Amino acid sequence: MQRGTHTGRQYTAVGAFIVLLLQAAACPAGSDQNSRWRTQLQEQYFQDRPLIESDEIIELEAPDRAEDAAIVPLRIKAKIPQTDARYIKTITLIIDKNPAPLAGRFHFTPMSGRADLALRVRVNEYTSIRAIAETSDGKLYMSRRFVKASGGCSAPIGTNLDAAMQRLGKIKVRVHDEQMLGTPLLTQLGVSHPNITGMQMDQLSRLYSPAHFVQSIKITFAGELVLSAETDISVSENPNLRFYFVPHKPGELRAEVLDNRGMRFNHSYTVAPDQPSPPIASK
Amino acid sequence: MTNFSVRVVKPLSVPFRTGVRRGPNGGLRSATTFYGAWCLMISLLLAPAVPAAEPGAANTGCAAMAEVTEIAPGNFVRPGRDVVVFEGSGVANIGFIIGETCVAVIDTGGSEAEGYALDCAIRTVTSRPVCYVINTHVHPDHLLGNAAFQREGVTFIGHSGLPQALALVGTTYLQRARAYEGRPLSPGYLVPPTQTVTAEARIDLGRRELRLVAYRSAHSATDLTVWDASTATLWTGDLIFVGHVPVIAASLLGWLEVLDKLSGVPARQIVPGHGQPAVPWPEAGSDTQRYLLILRDEIRTWLKGREDLADAQAQIGYSEKGKWSLFEQYHRRNVAAAFAELEWED
Repeated sequence: MQRGTHTGRQYTAVGAFIVLLLQAAACPAGSDQNSRWRTQLQEQYFQDRPLIESDEIIELEAPDRAEDAAIVPLRIKAKIPQTDARYIKTITLIIDKNPAPLAGRFHFTPMSGRADLALRVRVNEYTSIRAIAETSDGKLYMSRRFVKASGGCSAPIGTNLDAAMQRLGKIKVRVHDEQMLGTPLLTQLGVSHPNITGMQMDQLSRLYSPAHFVQSIKITFAGELVLSAETDISVSENPNLRFYFVPHKPGELRAEVLDNRGMRFNHSYTVAPDQPSPPIASK
Repeated sequence: MTNFSVRVVKPLSVPFRTGVRRGPNGGLRSATTFYGAWCLMISLLLAPAVPAAEPGAANTGCAAMAEVTEIAPGNFVRPGRDVVVFEGSGVANIGFIIGETCVAVIDTGGSEAEGYALDCAIRTVTSRPVCYVINTHVHPDHLLGNAAFQREGVTFIGHSGLPQALALVGTTYLQRARAYEGRPLSPGYLVPPTQTVTAEARIDLGRRELRLVAYRSAHSATDLTVWDASTATLWTGDLIFVGHVPVIAASLLGWLEVLDKLSGVPARQIVPGHGQPAVPWPEAGSDTQRYLLILRDEIRTWLKGREDLADAQAQIGYSEKGKWSLFEQYHRRNVAAAFAELEWED
């Protein structure tokens, strides 16, 4: 290319480049999918521990494009069974670009049967989401997905908080119909809770509302721990968890929920498997 | 680049004629073509051949002029386009109603520039001042043009829940607006109402009274309709979608209740939030209602099983595909919102 003889084609190329730059500014994609992780988050949450990026222990399922930033369904599938010898101890869920990246830490036991987990999260902008499993032998495995949270009318904070507040603390438990002794039982827990961060725009509305979110969830069956979680505001309003546990005998499934204002909510659900079978999973 | 011009479909009726400049054919004079300031900036960057200033722009102080249609005497609509918010401009139907003393703006568009363009169109049609800006709800494609009308004598009116709703989503809207407009924006860019409506309010534009009704959670938690009795025109905001797939941002069940209420309104026509700027009532509401009912019924059935949300999003309501624009962009989120609501039903 000679200096001083720019052609129309060159202008077009420069124009196209500027357009690309503008688009890149509006919609950050590929290049910085790991930037915040590398510069900050990995060290913050895992220090210098070795971490294997692999879908072999757990696999995170997330939509490529999140149409509703307030409710993005995530599924984590465990690839190994929960046995006393080796099991998934903790799954840490991190949403890189959210104001509070740590969405939650979920602790499992051999009683969980399968360390599968489904929940709904808020996604602020285009971001990597990562689920990191710590196995009982202390190793870390990470499954990562990139989610394009689109704009539209949706904001990560939903706008129907009134309903959640009216039912504040109401807990719903749904358990799979086929309840077999010794077989992992699919269970869903819903907690009616606004799960909000404090209002950040109070200079506008003169309103002030402090953060109000579910901080911990503990689930036991017949007195034994099945799942415990520390959660944060990246979890959608009305936090909802799907998980497994193994009923080795009839008993009570108990959920204890604590929010950051110290409010406690409890719920019990009786599980009486009516098809007794040997207390070993038959799969 | 878009050409902006003023076009009037029906002749103005007598009370609203004053101040209107007319072209040779009885329609309004077509305004000179202008370019939006932002487009101008980009075009300067990209195509040095474009003149730095548009002739005529200095005379009116308008960077751009909205194209408006008079759908009923004194009721003007700037028709929206079926594109995703923050992926394009001019998304929602916005407009204004002219009384004998002043003008009420009903929604201001997705950016300050859209608000200015609407303001320019108003000044082409009438010399009466804007006295009210009414926001039909919190969403950015309807409200981010408010900043263009912030001046003495203008009262901003919205649902009683609007200040709080705006406070909750404001940070996100500003972030998205900054990215979309490519310029820094201060929190003052979001203009909350200075007067709110809890149930019902009436405002007088001078021999023309508008009745504003606020609703409980429906399309959004801040829905407000505007009733112009003199022309039997109801501005529904996003309580009615035409062509553009409905978007559930608050409560599917609440929305269905509101639709029942609205079906009794003796409107000759409505101005929906999206879609054709004027459609006959109550027929215009049937598509929105059908879509919501299908979602409600299919999700209720689904919830009796044990499938989860991600599967529901992939399978529910697809008989509606092909009947709406932007279905791909909004349907899955509608399922998510409705699902999260209906799973709390007893």
